[in-house]
Amino acid sequence: MAGLVPGMIPEKLKAEVKGLNFYYNDLKALKDIHLPIANKLITALIGPSGCGKTTYLRCFNRMHDLYPNNRYEGEIILYPERVNIVDPRIDPIEVRMRISMVFQKPNPFPKTVFENVAYGLRVRGVNKKCLLDEKVEKALKQAALWDEVKDRIDDLAFNLSGGQQQRLCIARALATNPEILLFDEPTSALDPTATAKIEELILQLKKEVTIIIVTHNMQQAARVSDYTAFMYLGEIIEFDRTDKVFTRPSQKLTEEYITGRFG
Amino acid sequence: MQATEQPEILEMRKRISSNKLRDHIFWIVGLFSTLIGFALLFTLIIDLFIDGFPRLSWHFFTSYPSRFPEQAGILSAWVGTILVMMVTAAAAVPLGIAAGIYLEEYGKKNWLTHLIEINMNNLAGVPSIIYGLLALWLFVYFLKFGESILTGGLTLGLLILPMVVIATRESIRAIPNSIREASYALGASKWQTIKDHIIPYSVGGILTGMIIGLSRAIGETAPIITVGALTFIAFLPSSPVTSGFPFLSFKWLLDPFTVMPIQMFNWISRPQTAFHLNAAAAGIVLLVMTLVMNGFAIYVRYRFRKRIKW
Repeated sequence: MAGLVPGMIPEKLKAEVKGLNFYYNDLKALKDIHLPIANKLITALIGPSGCGKTTYLRCFNRMHDLYPNNRYEGEIILYPERVNIVDPRIDPIEVRMRISMVFQKPNPFPKTVFENVAYGLRVRGVNKKCLLDEKVEKALKQAALWDEVKDRIDDLAFNLSGGQQQRLCIARALATNPEILLFDEPTSALDPTATAKIEELILQLKKEVTIIIVTHNMQQAARVSDYTAFMYLGEIIEFDRTDKVFTRPSQKLTEEYITGRFG
Repeated sequence: MQATEQPEILEMRKRISSNKLRDHIFWIVGLFSTLIGFALLFTLIIDLFIDGFPRLSWHFFTSYPSRFPEQAGILSAWVGTILVMMVTAAAAVPLGIAAGIYLEEYGKKNWLTHLIEINMNNLAGVPSIIYGLLALWLFVYFLKFGESILTGGLTLGLLILPMVVIATRESIRAIPNSIREASYALGASKWQTIKDHIIPYSVGGILTGMIIGLSRAIGETAPIITVGALTFIAFLPSSPVTSGFPFLSFKWLLDPFTVMPIQMFNWISRPQTAFHLNAAAAGIVLLVMTLVMNGFAIYVRYRFRKRIKW
């Protein structure tokens, strides 16, 4: 359970999760989740492996609809229209057009750098070369990758380093101006230098987009996020401002987790 | 040093050398087995070349079969083979790719798709003459295509269809799920994902499967005989290009034909040795055609592997 916490203004929410349950077949993976998502701020989800944080994140862009026998209950209200994005009557493609995702491992397409970034736009029917050029450049600049790749924009994306590939995936997700950007452990496959770059970038991006990040790295959550939710066994144990969660957690379980006594 | 050798160490050394002996024995058995297969194949090819090579000449490629072995050639056979292969590819490739994509990307995993999957693998192992019997009824008697290039090509198309389907499915399955998810996460629909990602990334595997299927079809004799290819054809099918409008003609599809293996079969079943030499020469040509196709398949696979590595 988690409602508004001090400092959160209802008018400044981008989304609000209300009583969300999620089932894989008969397995209840998420149990009655309530969570406000602040607009243009960063919300981190932490918790031990298997606690449901990735499952939860993937509800936001309806990724679970790709596989059979998955079921949502409850609501994720997207503001300002107050549309429930897990309502089966809402087309998952529409949700994914508005909410982008960056995955755990860099997963560029085996296409050129340019085509990777342009793909989301092409899906939306943008095919004019000059418009694509402009938007691709803007997205690559936002993802702090432009200077490194501007001379090899037509090279295959697989030739980039791991960290560059992940920033390329961020650029690809940004190119379509998403309202929310989901990060699923974006640095777990990267070395410390590349991780630092991505973290810096995530901090930059919150000026423009609402961010939800799943991480197993507590220092990362402490460094980048404004709000932190601690999940355990499919439930939200604690949700508060990040500094408070990490300095004065109210739940015993949270304290044990952040001090490394389990998880 | 030897004074301080522990008995356990000596025991261990004995064990190591006995293990090494087994290594050597297996090495010899393995080498011998490899050489037997290789040597047999090599002898066969050498024999074919010794018999057939002197007969290979321009005249051999540009002449029709004849009752004089020195004047006989394979013109109608190689033209027939190429035309039949074109029909085979045109029939099996689109069908096979579409079926493969359906089974991998659309088909729900239930008992029906499971049954189709098992059947598909069994179909690839069905003896080719069975396909010939099916085709005889379906194409010759039922659809009345006659004993034509169209019938021959479609028959071989049926034969290699399971191979194309299996190759398509395997190369689609090799695409990591993270790539599909990346595409869907950007808002792509299923068809957009298939056309922009699934097909382009599996085209190497599909082409390889297609060429290997065709190189099997090119040497098939039994089903072609069953549907009634003639063994003595002293004319070419009608030309696909015509002088008058619309400049293209599909009349050749319904013409009678022969193919390389049938021409070989015909020559080999004659009593005169001179015809046997012709058969050997035609064998060389058929072998080269097959090897070139297989080489092309390897090249295609290499080209696409270099570009796409998962």
